[in-house]
Amino acid sequence: MTPISQAIAQTVSNPYLIQPATIVEKIREADDIATYRLQFVDEQVRRSYRFSAGQFNMVYLFGVGEVAISIVSDPDKPDSLDHTIRAVGRVTRAIAGLKIGDLLGIRGPFGQGWPLADIRGKDIVVVTGGLGCAPVVGAIEYIFQRRSDFGAVRILHGVKTPHDLLYHERFETWRQHPDTKVYLTSDRADKSWQYHVGVVTELFHEVRIDPARTAVLMCGPEIMMRLGAPILIDRGIPATSIYVSLERHMECGIGLCGHCQMGPFFLCKDGPVMRYDRVAWLLGSEGV
Amino acid sequence: MVTASDRCGVLPHADFQRLLNVLTEKGYRVVGPVVRDGSVMWETVERTADLPIGWRDQQEPGRYRLEQSGDDRIFGVVHGPQSLKPFSFTPREALLTIERSKNSFASVPTLPKSEKVAILGARACDVAGLAMQDRIFLRDAYADPYYQARRNSMFVVAVNCTRALTTCFCASMGTGPGATSGFDLALTELETVFLIEAGSSEGNDILSALAIDPSSPAQIDEAEANISSCAMNQTRRLNTAELPGALYEAHEHSHWDDVAGRCLACANCTMVCPTCFCHTVEETPDLTGQRTEHARLWDSCFTQDHGYIHGKNIRPTIKDRYRMWLTHKLASWIDQFGASGCVGCGRCITWCPVGIDLTEELSALLKPSIRTQQKPGQV
Repeated sequence: MTPISQAIAQTVSNPYLIQPATIVEKIREADDIATYRLQFVDEQVRRSYRFSAGQFNMVYLFGVGEVAISIVSDPDKPDSLDHTIRAVGRVTRAIAGLKIGDLLGIRGPFGQGWPLADIRGKDIVVVTGGLGCAPVVGAIEYIFQRRSDFGAVRILHGVKTPHDLLYHERFETWRQHPDTKVYLTSDRADKSWQYHVGVVTELFHEVRIDPARTAVLMCGPEIMMRLGAPILIDRGIPATSIYVSLERHMECGIGLCGHCQMGPFFLCKDGPVMRYDRVAWLLGSEGV
Repeated sequence: MVTASDRCGVLPHADFQRLLNVLTEKGYRVVGPVVRDGSVMWETVERTADLPIGWRDQQEPGRYRLEQSGDDRIFGVVHGPQSLKPFSFTPREALLTIERSKNSFASVPTLPKSEKVAILGARACDVAGLAMQDRIFLRDAYADPYYQARRNSMFVVAVNCTRALTTCFCASMGTGPGATSGFDLALTELETVFLIEAGSSEGNDILSALAIDPSSPAQIDEAEANISSCAMNQTRRLNTAELPGALYEAHEHSHWDDVAGRCLACANCTMVCPTCFCHTVEETPDLTGQRTEHARLWDSCFTQDHGYIHGKNIRPTIKDRYRMWLTHKLASWIDQFGASGCVGCGRCITWCPVGIDLTEELSALLKPSIRTQQKPGQV
């Protein structure tokens, strides 16, 4: 092989290559959380980039490193790529200091997203907690783009304190769609909080569910899914109709670095969205 | 095992240098076991005398010693701490060089330069370990181009085992002591000659270039008998019958506390393991701030950082980490890659500073727990 053709082959097949992307918008969500709207520098990449709701990217900061972050934007608008990032670790803290016009790098998309084609025609119950709602935002947007393809939509979202409520406007917008209800709850509340007070699972009995035609999308702290899914199963929803998005440390995104293992699964390639019945035995299992 | 065919010949001990010469003439750098620091390490060998002639290894849990064997066998040493892993999955591999430009940056892959390497003296367990690493790095959704480049330049000369260490249990894992596939050449060291079998077309080319006599049926029988008796002499075995299920079910077993009380979480077992593949990624910017190197390094599930996720550690205790390692190696590996992550080389037993023996730990875990057993997932 000549050196030139070799270089082309590498560009096509090397899963480690990082694509530079410019921050075109930075939306402050909370003190330590911001949404970064990105645009690929390379026009070719900008045009060809596609993802499905629930997938993630490895987000890179030059000279600092990479971190796995779910894609929060609408899969029907792939030219606008949004990541909501909480400043919590070495890389995300450094990202927090960036401003519009600065560069990030993107590798992806990776993983299995929400099975939106399989749950077409069903009633949808979305159960999320805290920043865990980020991976499901794209799925909700997808469903509302095709509103008549789905039945009733019920969105149940819990936060620890009113201060932790992100995407407030989105929830209010979603509420306006036909046959859609949004339930918000906070573990603790102050006078400003006009919604329910308590944990998200308490909202379950406010929702009328037709178990046979319902699909559940869950995302948030693992304990929420571990305790929440069995309640929904008691309500008659098959475990095979419940999908959970799970989280582990990830360094490669392609099932090789070993960090994202949960039992027999590599969450970066088998997940992050998993059907509940496949992982129920692992949730809450110490050290898994 | 050794097969009678035109792909099988005999090379007298006295002529062993010819094999080194032919490999060198064909453009390979020959690497073999060389005595260093009380063990053997893979190093470049030019002369037969560079090899550990007259030495043999004694291995026990937490103990490795070389001693004079009293004979002049070339491959009396079974193995050192290194498997074939460092050749294809290197301890540190630069992945990209990333350079800033005006309003962007560009990442350039730093694929390894191809250098043909012939590795002389790989054991059947190591060949099996390499096959498992091929499965992991090359036969998934993404083939790793760095591993592929290094792997393509490897020529593997296996040496079938005719002496079992006390730590060996390849027979119970079905990976040895004779190499059956995955090699270019396989040698069996007999009293005065080597039986050489080709396992690939490249191996056949070397065999043809050597122009040696074909082996006799008696020599093949002798090699077979020596390999079989090596298998019979293995005193350790791993009870694989109930895996993977039994280990998943043993998640709350009391014995994990017992082994956690001995394990130092030093990660030696994962470093010497032929199949462990965990790695971390490291970023090294240069002093100008305009250029940075993106590299991967071997990692281990015994480190503090392995189970880290935004502010917490999934596996804070040594018990969590040992359980992760053993359950992955012997159980979930089967679900992930279709076979056990253990090839029975015994290195993790020898190189464990406190002599933890996974075959014994597994046996204990397959016995009833001394406290009420909980199923994983139960609250």
